[in-house]
Amino acid sequence: MLSLTALTKRYKTGDLALKEVSLEIPEGEVVGLIGPSGSGKSTLIRCINRLVEPSSGSVRLKGLELTGLNRTELRRARRRMGMIFQEYALVERLTVMENVLSGQLGYVGFWRSFWRRFPPEAVAQAFATLDRVGLAEHVDKRADALSGGQRQRVGISRALLQNPDLLLIDEPTASLDPKTSRQIMRLIVEVCAERRLAAIINIHDVALAQLFVRRIVGLRQGEVVYDGPPNGLDAEVLTEIYGVEDWSATIGKGHDQEERPETAQPEKVVKERLAGVR
Amino acid sequence: MNSRIGGIDAAGNYPQHWRRPPFISSPWLRYGLACGAVLYLIVGIGSVEINWTRVWDGLPRGWAFVYGFLAPDFFSRGEDIRAGILESLTMTLTSTVVGILISVPIGVGAARNLAPPLVYGVCRSIIAISRSFQEVIIAILFVAMVGFGPLAGFLTLAFATIGFLSKLLAEDIEEIEESQAEAIRATGAGWLQLVNYAIQPQVMPRLIGLSLYRLDINFRESAVIGIVGAGGIGATLNTAIDRYEFDSAAAILIIIIAIVLVAEYSSGVIRKWVQ
Repeated sequence: MLSLTALTKRYKTGDLALKEVSLEIPEGEVVGLIGPSGSGKSTLIRCINRLVEPSSGSVRLKGLELTGLNRTELRRARRRMGMIFQEYALVERLTVMENVLSGQLGYVGFWRSFWRRFPPEAVAQAFATLDRVGLAEHVDKRADALSGGQRQRVGISRALLQNPDLLLIDEPTASLDPKTSRQIMRLIVEVCAERRLAAIINIHDVALAQLFVRRIVGLRQGEVVYDGPPNGLDAEVLTEIYGVEDWSATIGKGHDQEERPETAQPEKVVKERLAGVR
Repeated sequence: MNSRIGGIDAAGNYPQHWRRPPFISSPWLRYGLACGAVLYLIVGIGSVEINWTRVWDGLPRGWAFVYGFLAPDFFSRGEDIRAGILESLTMTLTSTVVGILISVPIGVGAARNLAPPLVYGVCRSIIAISRSFQEVIIAILFVAMVGFGPLAGFLTLAFATIGFLSKLLAEDIEEIEESQAEAIRATGAGWLQLVNYAIQPQVMPRLIGLSLYRLDINFRESAVIGIVGAGGIGATLNTAIDRYEFDSAAAILIIIIAIVLVAEYSSGVIRKWVQ
Protein backbone atom coordinates (compact mmCIF):
# COMPACT_ATOMS: atom_id res chain seq x y z
CA MET A 1 0.00 0.00 0.00
CA LEU A 2 2.83 2.35 0.94
CA SER A 3 6.17 1.73 -0.65
CA LEU A 4 9.33 3.72 -0.19
CA THR A 5 12.16 3.13 -2.62
CA ALA A 6 15.69 4.43 -2.06
CA LEU A 7 14.29 7.43 -0.20
CA THR A 8 17.11 9.87 0.56
CA LYS A 9 17.15 13.19 2.34
CA ARG A 10 20.10 15.51 2.52
CA TYR A 11 19.51 18.76 4.42
CA LYS A 12 20.88 22.05 3.14
CA THR A 13 23.45 21.86 5.93
CA GLY A 14 24.83 18.75 4.22
CA ASP A 15 23.61 16.27 6.82
CA LEU A 16 22.49 13.06 5.25
CA ALA A 17 19.36 12.25 7.26
CA LEU A 18 18.07 9.33 5.20
CA LYS A 19 20.19 6.95 3.13
CA GLU A 20 18.28 5.09 0.46
CA VAL A 21 15.54 3.84 2.74
CA SER A 22 13.28 1.24 1.17
CA LEU A 23 10.19 -0.04 2.96
CA GLU A 24 7.03 -1.83 1.97
CA ILE A 25 3.97 -1.48 4.19
CA PRO A 26 0.82 -3.44 3.33
CA GLU A 27 -2.70 -2.32 4.12
CA GLY A 28 -3.63 -2.45 7.81
CA GLU A 29 -0.09 -3.01 9.09
CA VAL A 30 1.20 -0.99 12.01
CA VAL A 31 4.95 -0.49 12.01
CA GLY A 32 6.99 0.75 14.96
CA LEU A 33 9.95 2.84 13.86
CA ILE A 34 12.69 2.92 16.47
CA GLY A 35 16.11 4.46 16.57
CA PRO A 36 18.17 6.96 18.55
CA SER A 37 17.55 10.71 18.44
CA GLY A 38 18.76 12.11 15.16
CA SER A 39 18.54 8.77 13.35
CA GLY A 40 16.06 10.21 10.85
CA LYS A 41 12.73 8.90 12.21
CA SER A 42 11.04 12.30 12.13
CA THR A 43 12.53 13.06 8.75
CA LEU A 44 11.34 9.75 7.35
CA ILE A 45 7.68 10.22 8.15
CA ARG A 46 7.80 13.87 7.10
CA CYS A 47 9.30 12.89 3.75
CA ILE A 48 6.25 10.70 3.14
CA ASN A 49 3.72 13.56 3.28
CA ARG A 50 6.40 15.99 2.12
CA LEU A 51 6.38 18.32 5.08
CA VAL A 52 10.07 17.75 4.47
CA GLU A 53 10.98 17.54 0.80
CA PRO A 54 12.90 14.31 0.03
CA SER A 55 16.10 14.74 -1.98
CA SER A 56 15.66 11.62 -4.08
CA GLY A 57 13.89 8.29 -4.17
CA SER A 58 10.25 7.46 -4.50
CA VAL A 59 7.19 7.34 -2.23
CA ARG A 60 4.14 5.53 -3.56
CA LEU A 61 0.80 5.51 -1.76
CA LYS A 62 -1.70 3.09 -3.32
CA GLY A 63 0.24 3.32 -6.56
CA LEU A 64 0.35 7.14 -6.58
CA GLU A 65 3.84 8.57 -6.78
CA LEU A 66 3.95 11.40 -4.22
CA THR A 67 7.36 12.90 -4.89
CA GLY A 68 6.50 14.60 -8.19
CA LEU A 69 3.11 16.06 -7.25
CA ASN A 70 2.41 19.76 -7.66
CA ARG A 71 0.86 21.80 -4.85
CA THR A 72 -2.77 21.04 -5.54
CA GLU A 73 -2.11 17.35 -6.11
CA LEU A 74 -0.02 17.23 -2.94
CA ARG A 75 -2.85 18.81 -0.93
CA ARG A 76 -5.19 16.15 -2.26
CA ALA A 77 -2.73 13.37 -1.46
CA ARG A 78 -2.12 14.70 2.07
CA ARG A 79 -5.76 14.13 2.90
CA ARG A 80 -5.09 10.41 2.71
CA MET A 81 -2.30 10.60 5.29
CA GLY A 82 -3.26 11.49 8.84
CA MET A 83 -0.52 12.74 11.08
CA ILE A 84 -0.25 12.57 14.87
CA PHE A 85 2.37 14.59 16.70
CA GLN A 86 4.58 14.34 19.73
CA GLU A 87 3.41 17.52 21.44
CA TYR A 88 -0.10 16.99 20.02
CA ALA A 89 0.23 20.12 17.82
CA LEU A 90 -3.37 21.10 18.48
CA VAL A 91 -4.35 24.67 17.77
CA GLU A 92 -4.64 25.60 21.41
CA ARG A 93 -7.09 28.47 21.22
CA LEU A 94 -9.56 26.55 19.07
CA THR A 95 -12.19 24.28 20.54
CA VAL A 96 -11.87 20.52 20.55
CA MET A 97 -14.47 20.33 17.80
CA GLU A 98 -12.65 22.84 15.58
CA ASN A 99 -9.44 20.91 16.03
CA VAL A 100 -11.10 17.66 15.08
CA LEU A 101 -12.94 19.18 12.12
CA SER A 102 -9.69 20.68 10.86
CA GLY A 103 -8.96 17.12 9.70
CA GLN A 104 -11.57 17.83 7.03
CA LEU A 105 -9.91 21.00 5.74
CA GLY A 106 -8.57 19.24 2.67
CA TYR A 107 -12.11 18.28 1.67
CA VAL A 108 -13.99 21.56 2.10
CA GLY A 109 -13.63 24.97 0.51
CA PHE A 110 -12.21 27.99 2.28
CA TRP A 111 -15.47 29.81 3.02
CA ARG A 112 -17.16 26.74 4.44
CA SER A 113 -14.21 26.19 6.75
CA PHE A 114 -14.06 29.91 7.57
CA TRP A 115 -17.66 29.98 8.79
CA ARG A 116 -17.17 26.55 10.40
CA ARG A 117 -20.01 25.14 8.30
CA PHE A 118 -18.70 21.67 7.67
CA PRO A 119 -20.82 19.10 5.81
CA PRO A 120 -23.31 17.35 8.14
CA GLU A 121 -21.64 13.96 7.55
CA ALA A 122 -18.32 15.41 8.65
CA VAL A 123 -19.84 16.89 11.81
CA ALA A 124 -21.53 13.58 12.60
CA GLN A 125 -18.25 11.77 12.00
CA ALA A 126 -16.47 14.20 14.32
CA PHE A 127 -18.99 13.57 17.10
CA ALA A 128 -18.74 9.81 16.55
CA THR A 129 -14.94 9.89 16.59
CA LEU A 130 -14.82 11.99 19.75
CA ASP A 131 -17.22 9.51 21.31
CA ARG A 132 -14.99 6.64 20.20
CA VAL A 133 -11.90 8.15 21.84
CA GLY A 134 -13.86 9.03 24.98
CA LEU A 135 -14.07 12.80 24.66
CA ALA A 136 -17.78 13.21 23.93
CA GLU A 137 -18.13 15.58 26.85
CA HIS A 138 -15.34 17.92 25.92
CA VAL A 139 -16.54 18.99 22.47
CA ASP A 140 -16.79 22.70 23.23
CA LYS A 141 -13.74 23.02 25.47
CA ARG A 142 -10.70 24.85 24.27
CA ALA A 143 -7.86 22.48 23.40
CA ASP A 144 -5.54 24.07 25.97
CA ALA A 145 -8.00 23.16 28.73
CA LEU A 146 -7.37 19.42 28.26
CA SER A 147 -4.82 17.09 29.85
CA GLY A 148 -1.99 15.56 27.81
CA GLY A 149 -3.74 12.26 27.20
CA GLN A 150 -6.97 14.02 26.22
CA ARG A 151 -5.09 16.29 23.84
CA GLN A 152 -3.51 13.34 22.11
CA ARG A 153 -6.97 11.80 21.72
CA VAL A 154 -8.03 14.99 19.97
CA GLY A 155 -4.93 14.67 17.79
CA ILE A 156 -5.90 11.12 16.89
CA SER A 157 -9.48 12.21 16.13
CA ARG A 158 -8.21 14.99 13.87
CA ALA A 159 -6.12 12.51 11.92
CA LEU A 160 -9.08 10.11 11.64
CA LEU A 161 -11.35 12.86 10.28
CA GLN A 162 -9.15 12.91 7.21
CA ASN A 163 -10.46 9.42 6.42
CA PRO A 164 -6.86 8.41 5.80
CA ASP A 165 -5.35 5.26 4.34
CA LEU A 166 -2.22 5.77 6.38
CA LEU A 167 -1.33 7.27 9.73
CA LEU A 168 2.04 8.93 10.26
CA ILE A 169 2.65 9.08 13.97
CA ASP A 170 5.56 10.98 15.46
CA GLU A 171 6.40 10.05 19.06
CA PRO A 172 2.78 9.88 20.20
CA THR A 173 3.63 9.14 23.81
CA ALA A 174 6.78 11.18 24.33
CA SER A 175 5.03 13.76 26.52
CA LEU A 176 2.80 11.34 28.40
CA ASP A 177 3.07 9.33 31.60
CA PRO A 178 3.51 5.52 31.36
CA LYS A 179 -0.11 4.64 31.94
CA THR A 180 -1.48 7.23 29.51
CA SER A 181 1.19 6.17 27.02
CA ARG A 182 -0.15 2.64 27.05
CA GLN A 183 -3.74 3.84 26.69
CA ILE A 184 -2.83 6.03 23.74
CA MET A 185 -0.82 3.28 22.04
CA ARG A 186 -3.68 0.84 22.58
CA LEU A 187 -6.15 3.32 21.13
CA ILE A 188 -3.98 3.90 18.07
CA VAL A 189 -3.56 0.20 17.41
CA GLU A 190 -7.27 -0.41 17.93
CA VAL A 191 -8.47 2.31 15.57
CA CYS A 192 -5.98 1.11 12.97
CA ALA A 193 -7.42 -2.39 13.25
CA GLU A 194 -11.01 -1.10 13.10
CA ARG A 195 -10.38 0.84 9.92
CA ARG A 196 -7.68 -1.33 8.41
CA LEU A 197 -5.28 1.60 8.49
CA ALA A 198 -1.60 1.25 7.90
CA ALA A 199 0.54 3.26 10.32
CA ILE A 200 4.13 4.19 10.98
CA ILE A 201 4.75 4.99 14.64
CA ASN A 202 7.99 6.69 15.59
CA ILE A 203 8.73 5.65 19.11
CA HIS A 204 11.57 5.97 21.57
CA ASP A 205 10.27 3.48 24.04
CA VAL A 206 11.33 0.08 22.77
CA ALA A 207 9.40 -1.86 25.40
CA LEU A 208 6.21 0.03 24.57
CA ALA A 209 6.72 -0.60 20.86
CA GLN A 210 7.17 -4.32 21.53
CA LEU A 211 3.93 -4.40 23.48
CA PHE A 212 1.75 -2.98 20.75
CA VAL A 213 3.13 -3.52 17.24
CA ARG A 214 3.92 -6.65 15.28
CA ARG A 215 6.60 -5.23 13.05
CA ILE A 216 9.54 -3.10 14.06
CA VAL A 217 11.89 -1.17 11.83
CA GLY A 218 15.15 0.02 13.36
CA LEU A 219 16.83 3.10 11.97
CA ARG A 220 20.40 4.12 12.60
CA GLN A 221 21.92 7.20 11.01
CA GLY A 222 19.32 7.21 8.27
CA GLU A 223 19.66 3.53 7.39
CA VAL A 224 17.34 0.62 8.06
CA VAL A 225 19.31 -1.82 10.21
CA TYR A 226 16.45 -3.98 11.45
CA ASP A 227 13.10 -4.99 10.02
CA GLY A 228 11.26 -7.79 11.71
CA PRO A 229 9.07 -8.94 14.59
CA PRO A 230 9.39 -7.35 18.05
CA ASN A 231 10.74 -10.52 19.64
CA GLY A 232 13.66 -10.40 17.24
CA LEU A 233 15.02 -7.40 19.12
CA ASP A 234 17.77 -9.01 21.14
CA ALA A 235 20.74 -7.34 22.76
CA GLU A 236 22.74 -7.66 19.57
CA VAL A 237 20.12 -5.91 17.43
CA LEU A 238 19.54 -3.15 19.98
CA THR A 239 23.27 -2.55 20.15
CA GLU A 240 23.30 -2.36 16.37
CA ILE A 241 20.55 0.28 16.45
CA TYR A 242 21.42 2.33 19.52
CA GLY A 243 24.99 1.43 20.41
CA VAL A 244 26.47 -0.47 23.32
CA GLU A 245 24.39 -0.52 26.51
CA ASP A 246 23.07 -3.06 29.00
CA TRP A 247 19.82 -4.11 27.32
CA SER A 248 18.80 -6.82 29.75
CA ALA A 249 15.95 -4.78 31.25
CA THR A 250 14.47 -3.89 27.86
CA ILE A 251 14.42 -7.14 25.97
CA GLY A 252 11.05 -8.80 25.61
CA LYS A 253 9.71 -7.52 28.91
CA GLY A 254 7.66 -4.44 28.35
CA HIS A 255 7.11 -3.71 32.02
CA ASP A 256 7.69 -0.25 33.39
CA GLN A 257 10.97 0.60 31.88
CA GLU A 258 10.53 4.11 30.62
CA GLU A 259 13.18 5.73 28.57
CA ARG A 260 12.39 9.41 28.76
CA PRO A 261 13.22 10.73 25.35
CA GLU A 262 14.15 14.32 24.68
CA THR A 263 10.93 16.04 23.79
CA ALA A 264 12.59 18.46 21.41
CA GLN A 265 12.87 17.39 17.83
CA PRO A 266 16.21 17.51 16.06
CA GLU A 267 16.90 21.12 15.27
CA LYS A 268 17.52 20.63 11.61
CA VAL A 269 14.02 19.34 11.01
CA VAL A 270 12.53 22.37 12.71
CA LYS A 271 14.69 24.77 10.71
CA GLU A 272 13.68 23.26 7.41
CA ARG A 273 10.03 23.47 8.30
CA LEU A 274 10.31 27.12 9.24
CA ALA A 275 11.70 27.83 5.81
CA GLY A 276 8.46 27.09 4.04
CA VAL A 277 4.97 27.07 5.47
CA ARG A 278 3.09 26.14 2.36
CA MET B 1 51.28 32.74 42.31
CA ASN B 2 50.28 29.15 42.67
CA SER B 3 49.80 27.11 39.58
CA ARG B 4 46.11 26.34 39.42
CA ILE B 5 44.42 23.35 37.86
CA GLY B 6 40.65 23.68 37.87
CA GLY B 7 40.85 26.45 40.45
CA ILE B 8 42.77 24.41 43.00
CA ASP B 9 46.01 25.91 44.36
CA ALA B 10 49.17 23.99 45.12
CA ALA B 11 48.01 23.20 48.65
CA GLY B 12 44.86 21.56 47.28
CA ASN B 13 42.43 24.26 48.43
CA TYR B 14 39.70 25.76 46.30
CA PRO B 15 39.80 29.57 45.90
CA GLN B 16 37.44 31.52 48.14
CA HIS B 17 37.06 34.51 45.83
CA TRP B 18 35.25 34.73 42.58
CA ARG B 19 34.31 37.75 40.52
CA ARG B 20 32.00 37.97 37.55
CA PRO B 21 34.05 38.36 34.34
CA PRO B 22 33.64 41.97 33.05
CA PHE B 23 31.44 42.61 30.01
CA ILE B 24 34.33 44.33 28.18
CA SER B 25 37.47 42.37 28.93
CA SER B 26 40.10 44.96 27.93
CA PRO B 27 40.50 47.46 30.84
CA TRP B 28 41.76 50.16 28.45
CA LEU B 29 38.64 49.98 26.35
CA ARG B 30 36.41 49.66 29.40
CA TYR B 31 37.68 52.74 31.24
CA GLY B 32 38.24 54.61 27.98
CA LEU B 33 34.58 54.26 27.03
CA ALA B 34 33.43 55.30 30.50
CA CYS B 35 35.66 58.41 30.49
CA GLY B 36 34.53 59.32 26.98
CA ALA B 37 30.87 59.11 27.97
CA VAL B 38 31.36 61.34 31.03
CA LEU B 39 33.35 63.87 29.00
CA TYR B 40 30.67 63.99 26.31
CA LEU B 41 28.00 64.58 28.92
CA ILE B 42 29.94 67.51 30.45
CA VAL B 43 30.63 69.12 27.07
CA GLY B 44 27.01 68.55 26.01
CA ILE B 45 25.53 70.20 29.10
CA GLY B 46 28.03 73.05 28.76
CA SER B 47 26.92 73.74 25.19
CA VAL B 48 23.27 74.37 26.11
CA GLU B 49 22.66 78.12 26.14
CA ILE B 50 20.21 79.31 28.74
CA ASN B 51 18.79 82.80 28.50
CA TRP B 52 17.98 83.48 32.14
CA THR B 53 16.18 86.76 31.53
CA ARG B 54 13.86 84.99 29.07
CA VAL B 55 13.21 82.27 31.61
CA TRP B 56 12.39 84.97 34.20
CA ASP B 57 9.98 86.65 31.78
CA GLY B 58 8.33 83.35 30.96
CA LEU B 59 7.65 82.38 34.57
CA PRO B 60 4.41 84.37 34.94
CA ARG B 61 3.16 82.92 31.65
CA GLY B 62 3.95 79.42 32.89
CA TRP B 63 2.16 80.30 36.12
CA ALA B 64 -0.88 81.48 34.14
CA PHE B 65 -0.91 78.10 32.44
CA VAL B 66 -0.72 76.24 35.73
CA TYR B 67 -3.38 78.56 37.15
CA GLY B 68 -5.58 77.73 34.15
CA PHE B 69 -5.34 74.08 35.18
CA LEU B 70 -6.54 74.95 38.67
CA ALA B 71 -9.51 76.74 37.17
CA PRO B 72 -10.24 75.02 33.85
CA ASP B 73 -12.96 76.66 31.79
CA PHE B 74 -15.08 74.10 30.01
CA PHE B 75 -17.83 76.51 28.98
CA SER B 76 -16.77 79.76 27.30
CA ARG B 77 -15.40 77.75 24.37
CA GLY B 78 -17.64 74.78 25.12
CA GLU B 79 -19.06 74.50 21.63
CA ASP B 80 -15.59 74.57 19.98
CA ILE B 81 -14.28 71.99 22.41
CA ARG B 82 -17.23 69.67 21.88
CA ALA B 83 -16.88 69.88 18.10
CA GLY B 84 -13.12 69.37 18.31
CA ILE B 85 -13.40 66.31 20.54
CA LEU B 86 -16.07 64.77 18.33
CA GLU B 87 -13.96 65.38 15.26
CA SER B 88 -10.93 63.84 16.93
CA LEU B 89 -12.86 60.78 18.07
CA THR B 90 -14.33 60.28 14.61
CA MET B 91 -10.92 60.68 13.02
CA THR B 92 -9.37 58.27 15.52
CA LEU B 93 -11.92 55.53 15.15
CA THR B 94 -12.21 55.63 11.36
CA SER B 95 -8.47 55.84 10.79
CA THR B 96 -7.80 52.98 13.21
CA VAL B 97 -10.39 50.71 11.59
CA VAL B 98 -9.18 51.48 8.06
CA GLY B 99 -5.58 51.16 9.21
CA ILE B 100 -6.23 47.72 10.72
CA LEU B 101 -8.02 46.51 7.60
CA ILE B 102 -5.03 47.47 5.48
CA SER B 103 -2.43 46.30 8.01
CA VAL B 104 -3.63 42.73 8.31
CA PRO B 105 -2.85 41.65 4.72
CA ILE B 106 0.40 43.63 4.77
CA GLY B 107 1.36 42.08 8.08
CA VAL B 108 0.68 38.58 6.75
CA GLY B 109 2.72 39.40 3.66
CA ALA B 110 5.58 40.67 5.80
CA ALA B 111 5.86 37.44 7.80
CA ARG B 112 8.81 35.45 6.53
CA ASN B 113 7.28 32.08 7.33
CA LEU B 114 4.12 32.74 5.31
CA ALA B 115 5.00 34.90 2.34
CA PRO B 116 7.17 34.22 -0.70
CA PRO B 117 10.32 36.40 -0.85
CA LEU B 118 8.95 38.92 -3.37
CA VAL B 119 5.76 39.65 -1.42
CA TYR B 120 7.82 39.77 1.75
CA GLY B 121 10.11 42.43 0.26
CA VAL B 122 7.24 44.61 -0.96
CA CYS B 123 5.36 44.45 2.34
CA ARG B 124 8.46 45.13 4.41
CA SER B 125 9.18 48.20 2.22
CA ILE B 126 5.68 49.58 2.78
CA ILE B 127 6.18 49.15 6.51
CA ALA B 128 9.59 50.82 6.40
CA ILE B 129 8.21 53.83 4.52
CA SER B 130 5.27 54.18 6.89
CA ARG B 131 7.49 53.94 9.94
CA SER B 132 10.24 56.26 8.80
CA PHE B 133 8.09 59.41 9.02
CA GLN B 134 6.77 60.90 12.21
CA GLU B 135 3.03 61.60 12.25
CA VAL B 136 3.48 65.38 12.24
CA ILE B 137 5.53 65.25 9.05
CA ILE B 138 2.99 63.01 7.31
CA ALA B 139 0.24 65.36 8.52
CA ILE B 140 1.97 68.37 6.98
CA LEU B 141 2.26 66.45 3.72
CA PHE B 142 -1.42 65.44 3.72
CA VAL B 143 -2.54 68.95 4.71
CA ALA B 144 -0.64 70.23 1.67
CA MET B 145 -2.31 67.56 -0.47
CA VAL B 146 -5.95 67.63 0.69
CA GLY B 147 -6.14 70.92 2.57
CA PHE B 148 -6.83 71.73 6.24
CA GLY B 149 -9.28 69.62 8.14
CA PRO B 150 -10.01 66.16 9.48
CA LEU B 151 -9.52 64.35 6.15
CA ALA B 152 -5.80 65.09 6.34
CA GLY B 153 -5.81 63.84 9.93
CA PHE B 154 -7.66 60.67 8.99
CA LEU B 155 -5.18 59.91 6.20
CA THR B 156 -2.21 60.60 8.47
CA LEU B 157 -3.38 58.34 11.27
CA ALA B 158 -4.42 55.53 8.94
CA PHE B 159 -1.02 55.66 7.25
CA ALA B 160 0.85 55.63 10.55
CA THR B 161 -1.32 52.76 11.83
CA ILE B 162 -0.25 50.59 8.89
CA GLY B 163 3.44 50.83 9.74
CA PHE B 164 2.88 50.16 13.41
CA LEU B 165 0.38 47.34 13.22
CA SER B 166 1.75 45.45 10.20
CA LYS B 167 5.22 45.31 11.66
CA LEU B 168 4.13 44.02 15.04
CA LEU B 169 1.66 41.59 13.48
CA ALA B 170 4.32 40.23 11.13
CA GLU B 171 6.71 39.71 14.01
CA ASP B 172 3.99 37.95 15.97
CA ILE B 173 3.24 35.65 13.04
CA GLU B 174 6.92 34.83 12.73
CA GLU B 175 6.93 33.70 16.35
CA ILE B 176 3.95 31.36 16.22
CA GLU B 177 4.23 27.77 17.30
CA GLU B 178 5.27 26.16 14.06
CA SER B 179 4.01 22.71 15.05
CA GLN B 180 0.39 23.88 15.00
CA ALA B 181 0.83 25.21 11.48
CA GLU B 182 2.55 21.99 10.45
CA ALA B 183 -0.35 19.93 11.76
CA ILE B 184 -2.87 21.98 9.79
CA ARG B 185 -0.73 21.76 6.67
CA ALA B 186 -0.52 17.99 7.06
CA THR B 187 -4.32 17.73 6.78
CA GLY B 188 -4.18 18.99 3.20
CA ALA B 189 -5.42 22.47 4.09
CA GLY B 190 -4.94 25.30 1.62
CA TRP B 191 -3.01 28.49 2.33
CA LEU B 192 -6.04 30.53 3.39
CA GLN B 193 -7.24 27.69 5.59
CA LEU B 194 -3.79 27.49 7.13
CA VAL B 195 -3.93 31.20 7.97
CA ASN B 196 -7.47 30.91 9.31
CA TYR B 197 -6.96 27.76 11.40
CA ALA B 198 -3.33 27.78 12.50
CA ILE B 199 -2.15 31.40 12.40
CA GLN B 200 -5.19 33.47 13.30
CA PRO B 201 -6.02 31.73 16.58
CA GLN B 202 -2.43 32.16 17.70
CA VAL B 203 -2.09 35.87 16.90
CA MET B 204 -5.64 37.11 17.45
CA PRO B 205 -5.37 38.13 21.13
CA ARG B 206 -2.27 40.13 20.43
CA LEU B 207 -3.76 41.68 17.29
CA ILE B 208 -6.75 42.85 19.33
CA GLY B 209 -4.46 44.18 22.06
CA LEU B 210 -2.31 46.05 19.55
CA SER B 211 -5.35 47.49 17.79
CA LEU B 212 -6.70 48.88 21.06
CA TYR B 213 -3.30 50.28 21.88
CA ARG B 214 -3.14 51.90 18.46
CA LEU B 215 -6.61 53.40 18.98
CA ASP B 216 -5.22 55.00 22.10
CA ILE B 217 -2.13 56.29 20.29
CA ASN B 218 -4.20 57.62 17.41
CA PHE B 219 -6.35 59.66 19.76
CA ARG B 220 -3.32 61.23 21.38
CA GLU B 221 -1.72 61.83 17.98
CA SER B 222 -4.92 63.45 16.72
CA ALA B 223 -4.38 66.17 19.32
CA VAL B 224 -0.83 66.73 18.05
CA ILE B 225 -1.47 66.72 14.32
CA GLY B 226 -4.36 69.13 14.79
CA ILE B 227 -1.72 71.74 15.57
CA VAL B 228 -0.36 71.52 12.01
CA GLY B 229 -3.84 71.86 10.57
CA ALA B 230 -5.10 68.31 10.36
CA GLY B 231 -8.32 69.04 12.26
CA GLY B 232 -9.67 67.66 15.51
CA ILE B 233 -9.14 68.74 19.09
CA GLY B 234 -5.54 69.73 18.33
CA ALA B 235 -6.76 72.63 16.22
CA THR B 236 -9.01 73.81 19.05
CA LEU B 237 -6.17 73.44 21.55
CA ASN B 238 -3.83 75.40 19.30
CA THR B 239 -6.32 78.25 18.94
CA ALA B 240 -6.86 78.41 22.69
CA ILE B 241 -3.12 78.62 23.38
CA ASP B 242 -2.62 81.21 20.64
CA ARG B 243 -5.26 83.39 22.30
CA TYR B 244 -3.67 82.90 25.73
CA GLU B 245 -6.90 81.25 26.87
CA PHE B 246 -5.08 78.90 29.19
CA ASP B 247 -8.23 78.02 31.13
CA SER B 248 -9.83 76.67 27.95
CA ALA B 249 -6.58 74.95 26.95
CA ALA B 250 -6.46 73.32 30.36
CA ALA B 251 -10.04 72.12 29.95
CA ILE B 252 -9.07 70.52 26.62
CA LEU B 253 -6.01 68.82 28.11
CA ILE B 254 -8.04 67.50 31.02
CA ILE B 255 -10.60 66.05 28.62
CA ILE B 256 -7.81 64.42 26.57
CA ILE B 257 -6.28 62.91 29.70
CA ALA B 258 -9.67 61.61 30.82
CA ILE B 259 -10.37 59.99 27.45
CA VAL B 260 -6.91 58.39 27.36
CA LEU B 261 -7.43 57.02 30.87
CA VAL B 262 -10.79 55.53 29.94
CA ALA B 263 -9.29 54.01 26.78
CA GLU B 264 -6.38 52.61 28.79
CA TYR B 265 -8.62 51.02 31.39
CA SER B 266 -11.12 49.54 28.95
CA SER B 267 -8.42 48.14 26.66
CA GLY B 268 -6.89 46.41 29.68
CA VAL B 269 -10.23 44.80 30.48
CA ILE B 270 -10.81 43.73 26.87
CA ARG B 271 -7.29 42.29 26.56
CA LYS B 272 -7.75 40.17 29.64
CA TRP B 273 -11.04 38.93 28.30
CA VAL B 274 -9.76 37.81 24.86
CA GLN B 275 -6.65 36.03 26.17
